[in-house]
Amino acid sequence: MRLAPSALHLLALAGLAASLATPAAAHRRWLLPSVTVFAGDKGLASVDAAASNALFAFDHRALGLDALAVTGPDGKPVTPVVIGRGEMRSAFDVPLAQPGTYRIALAMNGLMGSYMLDGKKQRWRGTRARLSELPATATDVELSENLGRVETFVTLGAPSTTALAAAGQGLEMLPVTHPNDIVAGEPAEMRFVMDGKPAAGLKVEFVAGGTRHRDDAGIQTLTTDADGIARFTAPTPGFYYIEADMEGGTAAAAGPGQKPIKRRASYTAVLEFLPQ
Amino acid sequence: MHRTARSLTATGLSTSLALLAATPAAAAEMTVTVTIPRLSVAEYHAPYVAMWVETDAGKPVTTLATWYSVKLKANEGTKWLPELRSWWRKAGRALAMPADGISSPTRPPGTHSVSFAGAKSPLGRLAPGNYRLVIEAAREVGGREQVAMPFQWPVQAPATVAAKGTAELGAVSLALKP
Repeated sequence: MRLAPSALHLLALAGLAASLATPAAAHRRWLLPSVTVFAGDKGLASVDAAASNALFAFDHRALGLDALAVTGPDGKPVTPVVIGRGEMRSAFDVPLAQPGTYRIALAMNGLMGSYMLDGKKQRWRGTRARLSELPATATDVELSENLGRVETFVTLGAPSTTALAAAGQGLEMLPVTHPNDIVAGEPAEMRFVMDGKPAAGLKVEFVAGGTRHRDDAGIQTLTTDADGIARFTAPTPGFYYIEADMEGGTAAAAGPGQKPIKRRASYTAVLEFLPQ
Repeated sequence: MHRTARSLTATGLSTSLALLAATPAAAAEMTVTVTIPRLSVAEYHAPYVAMWVETDAGKPVTTLATWYSVKLKANEGTKWLPELRSWWRKAGRALAMPADGISSPTRPPGTHSVSFAGAKSPLGRLAPGNYRLVIEAAREVGGREQVAMPFQWPVQAPATVAAKGTAELGAVSLALKP
């Protein structure tokens, strides 16, 4: 079954809202590509999207795809072909028509919370752009902004970096080592930025896939240096999961006299470490 | 399929030319012999093979040959080239395949020799130094293996370097003539 993006959008809303609400407490969220390194004139990356406990097993629920954004080697959007959404996973294909690196991302952001109006508590959900729609007479505005980014990368031919430019909002991972040029046994360095600025002292989790088939959870917790750089070393080849969460950054204003808006950002990525 | 040894020209080389000297050296000859083992498996395909020259520090200098399914329609044989993992990362991904003088069909189990000679071959412009010839083989639904053989350039006296793979490659050798 192929769902049009609009139908999928509706289906995805409930799940997306849940993941926006509690990024830190959510299950591991990931985009797992079939292959990360492609050759030839064209390629097709097929990607699964899921939230799970075990890596990389479809054991919890599908991730919605309404926030799916694929950036091509020229920096322009690439239209994915959505296969569909099951209970446990969503799936889509990314056609690779030009050589270089593609950034595949679920970039979610939104505000939610409540306010008091005429003695009644009102729930509110929206975006920064819609903050002005809050009633002028609203009081006790309690909002939090959640920014979540779930990513993976694939390359046709030689790696390129245009698609990897910072979006500048929320928590992001930028390449020092190219994300499709990493091998087991060699350190891969990545720079973490919050709103485009180095995220120093950030705790980053690094976990090898295959958790279900070993006793050790295998979570390495790394800390970024003053430039936001973390160094990942994978002892064995495979797909690895990276996750980081932080609060802060540049908060939006809810309006004069209102409390500052709390802000949380999360980032996850799947990287493939190839054998040497 | 052509199985005869042939000289490769420099045409089509597009990477890592920094270590190739500007002026051609004297015409030396290198003959690479590769044994592809006969394997008893349910599904057998002849391996993809790449051979290239790199410095003794592992910096790729020039690709000498890549054997793959060159005859499939729409260049589809290139799809599996990244299975030659080392070559792909060091050189292949920056090449447009097929590449003249480099691409040729896969070869069946047996012993195959290819020669590179003369000023027109990639070796003609190799700067003096210590190098390795690396042979990498990757087989569909099979494994991958690479074997490296050290050599010095220019060649001072006739020499043969031999090595042996354990799975995807059998005996390999490198015969050098000044």
